Amino acid sequence: MANAPVASPPRRRRRDDRRLALIFLLPATIGLVVFYFWPLVRGIALSFTSWDILTPAQFIGLDNYTRMVSDPVFWNAVRVTLLYVVINIGVQTVVALLIAVLMQRLSQSTLLRSLVLTPYLVSNVVAALVFLWILDFQLGIGNQVLAWLGLDRVGFFTSEAWVIPTIALVNVWRHMGYTALLIFAGLQTIPHSVYEAAKVDGASEVRTFFSITVPLLRPILGLVLIISVIGSFQVFDTVAVTTNGGPVDASRVLQLYIYNNAFGQFDFGYASALSVALLVVLVLVTFVQYRITRAGQTDLN
Amino acid sequence: MAHHTAPAPTAAQASRLQAPRNRPPRPRPTLGRILAWTAMVIILIVTLFPFYWILRTALSSNGALYANSQSLLPTEFSWGGFERVFGLQTTEEAIAQGGSGASIDFWRYLLNSIAVATGITACQVFFSAMAAYAFSRLRWAGRNHVFSVFLLSLMVPQIFTLLPNFLLIREMGLIDTLLGIMLPSLFMTPFAIFFLRQFFMNVAVEVEEAALIDGASKVRVFFVLIIPLSVGPIATISILTYITAWNDYFWPLMVSYTDESRVLTVALGNFNEQSPQTGPDWAGLMAATLVAALPMLVLFLAFAKRIVNSIGFSGIK
Repeated sequence: MANAPVASPPRRRRRDDRRLALIFLLPATIGLVVFYFWPLVRGIALSFTSWDILTPAQFIGLDNYTRMVSDPVFWNAVRVTLLYVVINIGVQTVVALLIAVLMQRLSQSTLLRSLVLTPYLVSNVVAALVFLWILDFQLGIGNQVLAWLGLDRVGFFTSEAWVIPTIALVNVWRHMGYTALLIFAGLQTIPHSVYEAAKVDGASEVRTFFSITVPLLRPILGLVLIISVIGSFQVFDTVAVTTNGGPVDASRVLQLYIYNNAFGQFDFGYASALSVALLVVLVLVTFVQYRITRAGQTDLN
Repeated sequence: MAHHTAPAPTAAQASRLQAPRNRPPRPRPTLGRILAWTAMVIILIVTLFPFYWILRTALSSNGALYANSQSLLPTEFSWGGFERVFGLQTTEEAIAQGGSGASIDFWRYLLNSIAVATGITACQVFFSAMAAYAFSRLRWAGRNHVFSVFLLSLMVPQIFTLLPNFLLIREMGLIDTLLGIMLPSLFMTPFAIFFLRQFFMNVAVEVEEAALIDGASKVRVFFVLIIPLSVGPIATISILTYITAWNDYFWPLMVSYTDESRVLTVALGNFNEQSPQTGPDWAGLMAATLVAALPMLVLFLAFAKRIVNSIGFSGIK
């Protein structure tokens, strides 16, 4: 068959485009190697050194890692980061799921979906500044509302107990619309017939939601969760702009601690070791989540 | 909720009989629907109120904000905040109104942001399109393996590349330059390649073959066929890239030190730090915030439908 003298077009198509492919891939490959893979190797290598940029790096073996294990600020950063991730992801997933279901049931209008997405268009810095103002202890309208309701004012960014939940919720505000649209897209893939069958069987809305929507949404939900968890572990902007880690270390998340070590102490070796720790955590979390949610599989078919 | 929605099938069927048109009948306002709409309205208020509050504060005069913080309308309407942002006030005026009096070169930051976001978007999308073309329409041995390697880099978290990339940019002598800010994201993102490959694969083989028979080269096919046929997806990924580049804070913060390369997000953070701690210049800060956010909101306004509809697709991100 391959030797059949059909005509020139198929033979021409079969020609190997290797040379051209090489040229077309060149820029992307430069980007991949120089700015993804090389940093990965270099970051891991740096984590075994002591280096302040000015004098040559010195190999110190696992010293950075042993230091990390006995560093209370590091463990506090881990705790604070985990707390942030749990609140951020927990609230965001529930709210986004609610928005997605409401949008699907009430109105498919693009306007509504666009409005919900607007916070996603502003930078973390903008989001941080607006809420710094809205939640200001004395003058913020948020605290005014609490006062009108007869409640005590809350130092959202100044109290150790409130600062992480507050920052987590600011980021929920920015991301909930985006996450909702992802879930909404997942909802669209569930065939209408499944719902109609449930309706015929007399299933209630609530029951339909928990025994049809959620299980069929699981693969998408799993993917969305993995994306948002990876994203939220890397929280930095909001903290840097609002509290810079304070009060005391109550909001010093891992990412900020890495930044402090690198650019505050010029301790690039230790900062790299901290990044490796964060990378390991991310890989583990992704792996576990992938297994638990079986994100790759679907129940449809 | 259950007993309100249970009779819905019969009601819906009945009204469908009466309405011969294709449009689904307007659902009856059951208690469930009223509750659902109430929830939706509350969500919309929470979503949009901060935007209103930016505007209201930016148009107030700073002193009056302290005296009358409860007013839902601008207190003592004033352009003062915007004047401080754009550097139109004298230092004395600015300090009198609660500003820091530090010189701010907002037009410079705006231009820097535009340059950075435009440069990144143009190069990244073009180079990613080239790679996507090689992965979707060129034939060569090992294509799928190389593509998997690119996909693998999706897993590398940004935090991990930031420090080594900073060191690299520094060794290249590009600290505090716009090129230094742009360089790491100039060549590609795995996501853009993935996104565009998906669309390039769908261009009909027949169209391409016709062009090839006519003697067009594969390079020509890329420029006069694939790109024009994929204007929609290319526009979508460009807008998303532009918004991401415009909003980035961490990386530009690491690389830029002076007005030379300062972009809006970093300038905004600085503006906040310079604002007097005792009585922050909220009117000025919110005016600055608005100026920084407005271009992306306008861009979104123009392309909302396209962006919103493409987000389901990018769920694989």
